[in-house]
Amino acid sequence: MFYREVGQFKSTYAADMAIFPIRQDRIGIMAILAAAAVGVPLIANDFVLASIMIPGLIFTLAAIGLNILTGYAGQISLGTGAFMGVGAYAAFKLASAFPQVNVIVWILLSGVFSAGVGVVFGLPSLRIKGLYLAVTTLAAQFFLDWCFVRVGWLTDYSSSGAIEAARRSLFGVAISGPEATPLSRYFVVLGLVVFLTFIASNLVHGRIGRTWMMVRDMDIAAELMGVRLLPAKLLAFAVSSYFAGVAGAMMVFFWLGAAEPSAFSISLSFQVLFMVIIGGLGSMIGSYFGAAFIWALPVLIKFAPNLFGVEIQSATVEHANSMIVGALIIFFLIVEPHGLARLWAVAKQKLRVWPFPW
Amino acid sequence: MLGRYALAFSMAMAASVVLPPVAKAQDSLYVPLLTYRTGAFAGSGIPIADGMHDYLEMLNQRDGGIGGAKIVYEECETGYTAQKGVECYEATKGKGALMYNPWSTGITLQLIPKAGVDKIPVLSMAYGLTAAADGKTFPWVFNPPMTYWDGASVAMKYIAAKSGGLDKLKGKKIGFIYLDAPYGKEPIPLLEMLAKESGFTLTKYPVPGDKMQDQSSQWLNIQSDGPDWMIMWGWGAMNPTAVKEAVKVGYPMDKFIGVWWSGSDDDARAGGAGAKGYLTLNFHGTGAAFPAIADIKKHVVDKGLSTLKDPARLGENNYNKGVYNSMLIAEAIRFAQKKTGKKAVDGADVRAGLESLDIDAARIKEMGLEGFMTPVKVTCDDHSGSNAVYVQQWDGAKWVKVSDWMEPMKDKVRPLLVADAAEYAKKNAPWPVRTEPCGGR
Repeated sequence: MFYREVGQFKSTYAADMAIFPIRQDRIGIMAILAAAAVGVPLIANDFVLASIMIPGLIFTLAAIGLNILTGYAGQISLGTGAFMGVGAYAAFKLASAFPQVNVIVWILLSGVFSAGVGVVFGLPSLRIKGLYLAVTTLAAQFFLDWCFVRVGWLTDYSSSGAIEAARRSLFGVAISGPEATPLSRYFVVLGLVVFLTFIASNLVHGRIGRTWMMVRDMDIAAELMGVRLLPAKLLAFAVSSYFAGVAGAMMVFFWLGAAEPSAFSISLSFQVLFMVIIGGLGSMIGSYFGAAFIWALPVLIKFAPNLFGVEIQSATVEHANSMIVGALIIFFLIVEPHGLARLWAVAKQKLRVWPFPW
Repeated sequence: MLGRYALAFSMAMAASVVLPPVAKAQDSLYVPLLTYRTGAFAGSGIPIADGMHDYLEMLNQRDGGIGGAKIVYEECETGYTAQKGVECYEATKGKGALMYNPWSTGITLQLIPKAGVDKIPVLSMAYGLTAAADGKTFPWVFNPPMTYWDGASVAMKYIAAKSGGLDKLKGKKIGFIYLDAPYGKEPIPLLEMLAKESGFTLTKYPVPGDKMQDQSSQWLNIQSDGPDWMIMWGWGAMNPTAVKEAVKVGYPMDKFIGVWWSGSDDDARAGGAGAKGYLTLNFHGTGAAFPAIADIKKHVVDKGLSTLKDPARLGENNYNKGVYNSMLIAEAIRFAQKKTGKKAVDGADVRAGLESLDIDAARIKEMGLEGFMTPVKVTCDDHSGSNAVYVQQWDGAKWVKVSDWMEPMKDKVRPLLVADAAEYAKKNAPWPVRTEPCGGR
């Protein structure tokens, strides 16, 4: 009733293949974008922007990257954290070597480096499948981790082994470094994430996305249909690592401000993998839900007792946090094994037929 | 229609997320404590958090705060991770935080550039970026009573004294086992310089952060290399594991010196009877036999206000480190109050207070910490002070002081430190030029 597409006729192929073929969806996405661009900055304070919105969006981008690889192309990867690290170190090196070029250019370019690394570690995917592939990507994680610690050139031989976000601005407004306000960083992050989501969404809805899904569903059948497996899989690795790399660069420049090698450890890979699984494999909106669930929820729980003036020891909250989030993960996976994105789809269907139950 | 409800609901949700600005209570001093009672480093973090908490609570109970203003402290759990550390910083800085004690080199590195912008000083007590001791480059960062390089130089001094002089170090093999993180890598430049000067060979044994509890390969290498002395820069679960492994491979424990962060009572206990003889550096007394600690027992522990789970652990090494840190917090605020004449000081005032910090023998006695510490003086140039350190030895049940208070090799450390600070400023160009007046706001 609320969500019926009755009367919306499509007269062109383009309209039929649009990302949002239904008018309600188009209105909805515009409303969400407007809320994110205008509403959030108006009502959220610095803490919400800096600790929930910015990291949430950055994790969303990383989750989209992994979702392309795992959800759409069916290749399991445990190396996302390391690929994010490659992007971060590449952006750091580029930004310090060429300070005159705008940092956003370098952040977008840094993904190219992680794409290259991703392709190299994606090569075994032609022969190795499933869990075995996970092990080779795990090797990528450990090898790159080792590089971040050992190769001094990556950190410009800093004695502490950490990289720091340079002070950079856009149109005279500081967007990275300590002077950048959460608001300006939020706008940059929002802009980049929306732009890259748009690109990713177009990729997976088009010919390339369909080849990936064919490879995922049955690679032999895909091969017989004329899909060349090696380019298809490597392209998935490249695109996925590109998104992860850009997310990693954004993590250092727009969120943390500095990062030691341990920031890109295996636990980061798992964090992103959980986002993809909880959010829903093979779904763009799922990446957003997953990032919100895994990142924002614990932050809210952590600071919720404070908001209501309840005095609880911070360590107790932390333990409770792990238990609550863990229980919720199990709950959601039992109720809906296909992730939050599926719940969303079910909700949409329910709205469509309401008030009738079928 | 439902859509409108959903929108209203989500607006309400979003609005409830927005934290209300915390009204600053009259004459209160807000100090956020970034602690970690969870995660792989909780073993080290819990006693420290207890010590910091209990000393501040004691001041509230006994003296009604500092200079008549009550201390409002709040713990925020970082789990020793940079992600959560930044989160805690963002969550608490708006409430009028007077200073930050990150308790992690990684989090310190993140806060250093922010400190000057947000006008909240960072106190990294005997950890963090060594170069931050250069007050000209880092006006907002303080690392008293000494830096890692000072500590490494004292360890070498002790080794030299035991070997019969600095010139006797030639040809000796010294092993350095460290946590492979910014923290563990800090002393390497100084040790390498000393190795070149004195002619000993330095062998490095890095322990990756995720392999802290499995050091068998490192200790097998140590066994086959047979270094004359071992120096350790460890933290969290790395320490007890290293002590255990050293006992297992039969390394002579009285030739094994840990930094002050490797000297928790639990670290040494892990080695059992074999750990007897294990040495660590220290910059404060251990045990509960100090009037200030007795006051903590009387005003906090006995009243049930302490976070300490087992009262018998009052006065353990890491607990006392927490006490020392809170003492520095309180003294910095006291100096800030003295300087400005205000009761409720702000971050910039506390920076000035830290910069004029001068805890002399008389004040130490007044605080009830005689014998616990040596005088600490911070100047505008030197934000660390290169104060004295002593060596303590585990006797199987407690720590025993086995050396005098030893001055670090300041002549060697200082030039290296100033050069490193300049290097940091160059790499992070444009690094702001110091505009804060000496000891002022």
